[in-house]
Amino acid sequence: NVGILIRLRADSHCHIKNEDDQWQIKEHFLTPLGSVVKRLPEHIQVDDPDVLKKLAKKLERQQIPRRLDYGYKVSLFSHLLQYSRKAPLTQQLSIPSAVIHPAIVRLGLQYSQGIVAGSNARSIALLHAFKQVISDYTTPSNEELSRDLVNKLKPYISFLNQCRPLSASMGNAIKYIKKEISNIPSQFKEDDAKKKLLNCIECFIEEKIVLAAKAIAKSSIEKINDGDVILVYGCSSLVNHILCEAFEKGRKFRVIVVDSRPRLEGREALRRLVQKGISCTYVLISAVSYILPEVSKVFLGAHALLANGYVMSRVGTSQIALVAKAFNVPVLVCCETYKFCERVQTDSFVSNELDDPDDLIVTRKGETQLKDWQQVPRLGLLNLVYDVTPPDFVDLVITDLGMIPCTSVPVVLRVKNVDLL
Amino acid sequence: MPGPYRETDLTEKVEAFLSDLKRGGSGTGPLRGSAETARETTALLRRITAQVRWSSAGDLMEVIRKEGRRMSAAQPSETTVGNMIRRVLKIIREEYARSRGSSEEADQQESLHKLLTSGGLSEENFRQYFTALKANVIEAINELLTELEGTTDNIAMQALEHIHSNEVIMTIGRSRTVEAFLKDAARKRKFHVIVAECAPFCQGHEMATSLSKDGIETTVITDAAIFAVMSRVNKVIIGTQTVLANGGLRAVNGTHTLALAAKHHSTPLIVCAPINFLFISGEILSKVNVHCPVFDYVPPELITLFISNIGGHAPSYIYRLMSELYHPEDHEL
Repeated sequence: NVGILIRLRADSHCHIKNEDDQWQIKEHFLTPLGSVVKRLPEHIQVDDPDVLKKLAKKLERQQIPRRLDYGYKVSLFSHLLQYSRKAPLTQQLSIPSAVIHPAIVRLGLQYSQGIVAGSNARSIALLHAFKQVISDYTTPSNEELSRDLVNKLKPYISFLNQCRPLSASMGNAIKYIKKEISNIPSQFKEDDAKKKLLNCIECFIEEKIVLAAKAIAKSSIEKINDGDVILVYGCSSLVNHILCEAFEKGRKFRVIVVDSRPRLEGREALRRLVQKGISCTYVLISAVSYILPEVSKVFLGAHALLANGYVMSRVGTSQIALVAKAFNVPVLVCCETYKFCERVQTDSFVSNELDDPDDLIVTRKGETQLKDWQQVPRLGLLNLVYDVTPPDFVDLVITDLGMIPCTSVPVVLRVKNVDLL
Repeated sequence: MPGPYRETDLTEKVEAFLSDLKRGGSGTGPLRGSAETARETTALLRRITAQVRWSSAGDLMEVIRKEGRRMSAAQPSETTVGNMIRRVLKIIREEYARSRGSSEEADQQESLHKLLTSGGLSEENFRQYFTALKANVIEAINELLTELEGTTDNIAMQALEHIHSNEVIMTIGRSRTVEAFLKDAARKRKFHVIVAECAPFCQGHEMATSLSKDGIETTVITDAAIFAVMSRVNKVIIGTQTVLANGGLRAVNGTHTLALAAKHHSTPLIVCAPINFLFISGEILSKVNVHCPVFDYVPPELITLFISNIGGHAPSYIYRLMSELYHPEDHEL
């Protein structure tokens, strides 16, 4: 039925008349250019009371508890959520939960406590949990698997979102699964359908993550020469993989690991590299302009690559790229294509994640200066998680499709979208 | 006998000061107490001038140079000690010249005529004895002390000329000068301060608690977030350990990154430093420590303005101030 009426309302929600002649709000609508316009996600509209009310109603319908904000929020970020790690969402749930699959509850807790961190790790954990959910799923009578399973997944995704905002890679993985589920032909028997879905998920992990890492490592090894001094920041699973592969292939280089408070993820990277036998140096990010004269290349990982060529990564990455540019050191970003994102962003304020502000508190020489920061009325602590690096700081992006400049990201996205449609 | 007793008392004081310097430089944070060190050094030099037996200006300068070398050796990174010694030496030269009756202009080195004709006269050995010299020198040192005591206030008084309302100001670590500067402006204007904590000593935390207790809206950020937040900052105001002769800075670790980020966003970088922080160096000073560098070198191209107790200057003017404060022969103690 091609006769679809489209009505655009003042608040830019697109209403489409469906087959039953009812107006339905569609999340996506296609323009003649083929691009997709989406509704704004709720986790960056926390300052809008209408949005909060709608979210509360949705969570109530799905029987998911709502996580509350913690602490004084810096005014520049009043549109974002800020949670405390000491109050996980599971405290408000009854265990075992009737609504949420236990694998998802465990996953949510692992996310909110930081046990599973890093965009690849989070995506793989999510996909494994979904495999569990699909294996345990039974289609109720009078329902079709392709529609009902998608509806079953929605409260799980809301729950995980409440535990910790979804990453771009997780978003893409979820989109893929939903598409696969809705494409299951109705004549499939339940067992066959489930087997097919599990297979799809396996393929996704194998192709987009594992094989992509191998391909990227192969391309990057050409860029690592003997005698190089390579600088890495924080703990990126992909960059660590590349360095270990290069070392195994016999390249002679040494690594400088840059770390920053409060996460201190560089220590984990240091542990992994030193175990392999790579000689490493460790500095804090404030010493970056001190050691950069010795460095020949900078390898950075990415959380997501945005459509305008900006690289979204752990906070501090843009700083390293800036100082490297000032010293004329090449900056290479390594990123799998499944992390490419259609969003655009030019600064680190409009869309970000605020971590627990209590992480900044530290004891030095027996004194904890910020111990009672909540009592001091005008004091705020800001614990940003991500920042965006402008494309002029990045010299090359190494992906599984090859080595591209930052500005070619929308081209790759277009090619991928054409494949999907 | 009063003479020897005073001498041993003096030696004790000097020893105590030296051990303080040695202890003070290890990890308490280099920016803390630079002004206090300057004041203590000058007070000690005044004592030396008053109590040590000397007959001519040359003798006094020798004694001060000797003590100065010991003090500089005790804590090489604390350059204010050396600076104060050079200032006092310049004072002694000026007072001597005044006593001899020659005008101050005759002492200036820049005149080409002077250079060509004064061949023989530059052999100044300061051997003449003047009765009033001691009193004059002590009076001049007292003036210097008053100046030092007032530096922080003088700088803070200029705050309202540079901070307008609803500004967002960024700073790093802890500087007493910047703290006084911001608190003075906060009495009349409302603005927001973002403090970078400056790991690993995290002195930014103390700065933030101190500022917020005075009613200034403050936010603490980690060093990694400096560039991320810089796009919303209107001004960057920092203190420094030392100002170099070429207009560059030797400041706390992380300042170079801050300066680069400010340059990228075309945000003005303002340095608040009393005039006694000027330091002489022939070539560019490189970073000091090996494992965890304590200081950063910031080149003069990244700095917009210096605010000192005698007003604001561009970095290109610093070399001129240097020549007015110190005598070129005192560059090597």
